[in-house]
Amino acid sequence: MWNYEKRLQFPVNIKEPNAKLAQVIISQYGGPDGEMGASMRYLSQRYATPYREVAGLLTDIGTEELAHLEMVAAIVHQLTRNLSMEEIEKSGFAPYYTDHTIGIWPQAAGGIPFNACEFQSKGDVITDLFEDMAAEQKARTTYDNILRLIKEPDVCEPIKFLRQREVVHFQRFGEANREDCRIQVIVYLLSHICIIKAFRQRFDYGPNHRIHLLQGANPYRQNAGIRHTPDAAPIRCRAGAEKGRSCRKAVADFPAPFLKTLSERAFYAI
Amino acid sequence: MNNFSSEQSRMLKDISIIDFTLVELNEYLDTHPYDKQAMEYFNHYARIKNQMAKDFSARYFPLTADMSTDTREWNWVLSPMPWESSFGEGGCK
Repeated sequence: MWNYEKRLQFPVNIKEPNAKLAQVIISQYGGPDGEMGASMRYLSQRYATPYREVAGLLTDIGTEELAHLEMVAAIVHQLTRNLSMEEIEKSGFAPYYTDHTIGIWPQAAGGIPFNACEFQSKGDVITDLFEDMAAEQKARTTYDNILRLIKEPDVCEPIKFLRQREVVHFQRFGEANREDCRIQVIVYLLSHICIIKAFRQRFDYGPNHRIHLLQGANPYRQNAGIRHTPDAAPIRCRAGAEKGRSCRKAVADFPAPFLKTLSERAFYAI
Repeated sequence: MNNFSSEQSRMLKDISIIDFTLVELNEYLDTHPYDKQAMEYFNHYARIKNQMAKDFSARYFPLTADMSTDTREWNWVLSPMPWESSFGEGGCK
């Protein structure tokens, strides 16, 4: 059973149509690591897990992914409404336009239709949770790639929000794996290594979107766990119109998420 | 595009902020089901959100169909869909 709430999870207000961006972003609607695959993955996997907590988590994250699916569709819709025929021809949007006009249809950036083969429901809770963690990272990478391709702040803001949610969901699936499948040590270490690797590297978002992570405490050097530095330097845009502005503003607008687990602390300590 | 009043936009934005907190706490509690402090936070924000959603629905349009109090016109479908534009403002600030 589901209820619909008549609002987006995060605001989408795009001023200028841009069919080029729409063709890239639609991949997160129906592409290999898109929100449609994400929601169907989690909502389908729920039934086979013997752990209620895991089934609950899959339900809640699968539900949030549906809200993300709506956000991605809203972005694509707002980027393609009010296009002139000239813009459609110039931007390479003609092939999509031929088949769908400006309707929303689940496809990858390269035009490949949505395919359930992009996700698994294996009936084995450990297998599924590892798939889910990998899926969140793949979606995060895709959002990173999209952020390298776009400069428009009104488009990048909701994309950054969606990217951040992938990181949080990765964390939650890691915890579900750790606590409920009793392979605590392995997944604990694995999730730390993944998070540390993911966040220690510099991300190059191109000349106008050069974002990098400032180096902070190295969690490997701490004997007594990860040092909690809640005010660790945030990711900052280094150039262009957004210079100096926190690129986490997309989520910074909201009250701080509930930070308690060591891995989350690691996120802020790095 | 919506022509939301600034008060309407502000209320909708506040609801989204509170609801985001609830989503975060909900998913956190799914993997930490015995964290009493997190449950206190959740209950606190859930009360606030319910009240805000009721206030908004009474003043503008029902956020969920069951919040409708309409008698003359069915605002659940007459009000703008969320993708038309969200809070009447946009982009990075």
